[in-house]
Amino acid sequence: MSAPLLDVKGLTKSFGGLVATDGLDLGVSAGETHAVIGPNGAGKTTLLAQLAGQLRPDAGTIHFDGADITGLSAPARSLRGLARSFQITSIFRDFTVLDNVALAIQAHAGHSFRLWQPARRDAALRDPAGAILERVGLGGRAEVVAGNLAHGEQRQLEIAMALGTRPKLLLLDEPMAGMGGEDSERMKAFLGSLKGTCTMLLVEHDMDAVFTLADRVTVMVYGRALACGAPAEIRADERVRQAYLGDEEGV
Amino acid sequence: MSAMNLRRWLTALCLALFALVPVVAGVFGQPFLLDIFDRIMIISIAAVSLNLIMGYGGMISFGHAAYLGIGAYSIGIPAYYGYYDAALQLPLAIAASALFALVTGYICLRTRGVYFIMITLAFAQMAYFAFISVEEYGGDDGLVIEARSRVPAGVVDLESNVQLYYVVFAVLVGALYLVHRIVNSRFGLVIQGAKDNDERMRAIGFNTFRYRLTCYVIAGAMCGLAGWLLGNFNNFFSPEMIAWTRSGELIFMVVLGGMGSVFGPVLGTVAFIVLEEVLSGFTIYWELIFGAFLILVVVFVRGGLMGMIAKFERPRP
Amino acid sequence: MDWALLVTQILNGLQLGILLFLLAAGLTLVFGIMDFVNLAHGSLYMMGAYFCATLTYALDSFLLAVALSVPLTFAVGIVVEVLVIRHLYRRDHLDHVLATFGLILVFNSSVHMIWGAAGNPIPLPEFLDGRVELLPGVVIPVYRLLIIATGLVTAGAMYYLVQHTRLGMRIRAGASNRDMVGALGVDIKTLFTLVFGLGAAMAGLAGMMIAPITEANIGMGDDILIVAFVVIIIGGIGSVRGAFIAALVVGLIDTMGRAFLDGVLKVFMTIQNAETAAPALSAMLIYILMAAILYFRPQGLFPPKNR
Repeated sequence: MSAPLLDVKGLTKSFGGLVATDGLDLGVSAGETHAVIGPNGAGKTTLLAQLAGQLRPDAGTIHFDGADITGLSAPARSLRGLARSFQITSIFRDFTVLDNVALAIQAHAGHSFRLWQPARRDAALRDPAGAILERVGLGGRAEVVAGNLAHGEQRQLEIAMALGTRPKLLLLDEPMAGMGGEDSERMKAFLGSLKGTCTMLLVEHDMDAVFTLADRVTVMVYGRALACGAPAEIRADERVRQAYLGDEEGV
Repeated sequence: MSAMNLRRWLTALCLALFALVPVVAGVFGQPFLLDIFDRIMIISIAAVSLNLIMGYGGMISFGHAAYLGIGAYSIGIPAYYGYYDAALQLPLAIAASALFALVTGYICLRTRGVYFIMITLAFAQMAYFAFISVEEYGGDDGLVIEARSRVPAGVVDLESNVQLYYVVFAVLVGALYLVHRIVNSRFGLVIQGAKDNDERMRAIGFNTFRYRLTCYVIAGAMCGLAGWLLGNFNNFFSPEMIAWTRSGELIFMVVLGGMGSVFGPVLGTVAFIVLEEVLSGFTIYWELIFGAFLILVVVFVRGGLMGMIAKFERPRP
Repeated sequence: MDWALLVTQILNGLQLGILLFLLAAGLTLVFGIMDFVNLAHGSLYMMGAYFCATLTYALDSFLLAVALSVPLTFAVGIVVEVLVIRHLYRRDHLDHVLATFGLILVFNSSVHMIWGAAGNPIPLPEFLDGRVELLPGVVIPVYRLLIIATGLVTAGAMYYLVQHTRLGMRIRAGASNRDMVGALGVDIKTLFTLVFGLGAAMAGLAGMMIAPITEANIGMGDDILIVAFVVIIIGGIGSVRGAFIAALVVGLIDTMGRAFLDGVLKVFMTIQNAETAAPALSAMLIYILMAAILYFRPQGLFPPKNR
């Protein structure tokens, strides 16, 4: 078996006395959809922040696409093909929807020390951005100022921006957070359509979505990987049931 | 009809008025008009450059007046040693300002929020005290600049007040056009994105520090150019003219005119200087009224003059 | 090296440091708790000096004047907070900067209107006006010792207030984590007003202390305010302990630089060059120190923990 696309070894991060990530090992193979689940406070968002480079781990290594990226900054990781969506919507609120995605594309279209030509008339940025908006279902909202979008649409934009960077690996932090039934179904279907075109690491509380979408599931408790396996194995795992799933009837 | 029309017309009208000032001043024999508008335009260039980092980049620099000083001393110090050539002074003004911006910006831009405001302020104060303490170049009393920058004969003669006026005018128009191009370029979008949400910019792959620092240096160099014009216009420069309160005034001009609109700072500067002229002719306690006015503007007028004008621009059905 | 001169300069440095601390303590609390940039803090320093000058003449007693001027500046601080500052806490830093810049103009102009353009000297009572020989060869004005003592006592009182009282606990909670104060059910409005008044009173005290040496004059607080900023930046915003240490360091370095730098430079360069460079360099010294510290610690020496 070839080396995994993302290979995390012994990742450790603590804040003061609180250990958020505790010697975590995790591997994501190319092409798979890998879900990370766990109770609140298990350290899932902290894990994503360390993978994407917003936080520096205290110890451990992160290998991505064959290279050690542990010491790289967030932008450097993005340029290598690692994209992240945020649990708390993080978009450019003063820009239009199209601008948001065009910026993501611009970040990966060479340097931006271009001070003269108008960027908003640059087809090399606008056309692919428009295509991505069509894909995520925001095609009709391109000229709306992002801050004025409805919550569900902002979540879609969040994903659209991550896709704009043409990632090899997409880190999704609760893409359905705060979404109602219909929006949530649409997002689930959309993520399903991404399967196979893009490797995904999905942190999500919606168990229905996790077990529908994921090829493998890692269960995190107290900053550690308690178990890792196919959805069926995880459902059957006694330790997981006790530690986490046990309190959720009917899973 | 574009919604931008009113503001475009206003910009064109203002610039046309600026261009006519020397004619009016000549015909009616009011040379002081030339002086006031010279000053307005020079300070406008400084305000336009500050707007680039503050309005578009969210970098609230409280030390921008320092570049006026660096630009002016780039005439004064060479002139002190007998070098009057513009070919030396002008590049020196721009390069020295850019260098100061690069070195201080490298440190300032590692910080955020309140820290950034205070550190830019502190660095400007450092420049101020450095100018004050060098007795050789006049110290406290300032430096008389005996002759304006010399340009090869046949191009322009800066000793002519009218010609200097049009040089200032041309620089202002050039600065406005440059900022207009920059803010709409790829670079400009990066700067504005970093103002809006820096963490997100970094997450999608921008090393925002480099872009912000570059922007900071461009704004510093542009203000240094304004300082070069100011030195030539005044034939005199004293550290008092770059005291930190001057930086505060620049910020006020930008906010008054409307941040994040290219021409706004010019309107702010006109309003500021005209108000200052009128009030100070009226009472010696004009700063009292002025300060109260400032507080009221902050509390009640959001978006500045350009923002108010924009409200009249709703396209008709 | 002349040891007597060195000791004298160290005491001068301490005196400057103490004054800076009095100014910076209020500023750093206002920053730390309310996230508010107050450029008009120097104006309260100036008001303290003017109140003290007027009262010294009216009452013929400097000490009595100080005792009355401190509550007066406290009151001015409260009025400013209620009239202007409190409407701006929810605004961004730019609005803080502009509005308090407006306040400076209002204060300077009002002082001009009330007291005139000339400075107001404050005569010292006889028992403070003399000099005392501390060590053989070290003769310094009694008044400077009083400034140092006053500052240390105030710093001690401040330490007690912040560390050992209920108000202090709330202040500390607020400085390290603003959201928590609300969660504790503290009346934030009153706390903010009190802290602002307290900062104003300390700034006023600093102004009263310096005025007998320099006299009270318009804009006296505008330049020293920036040095107080440097102190806060070095100490870490919100940290009173950091402000104390940084104030002493800045006071000492600034004084020492002005006193001895030309001598040091003469070792390395020609006398003429040293005499040109030394004043400029010593004026820049504390800013260079600030830059160096920020380069390694962008949040200062004692950064706030939860921000």
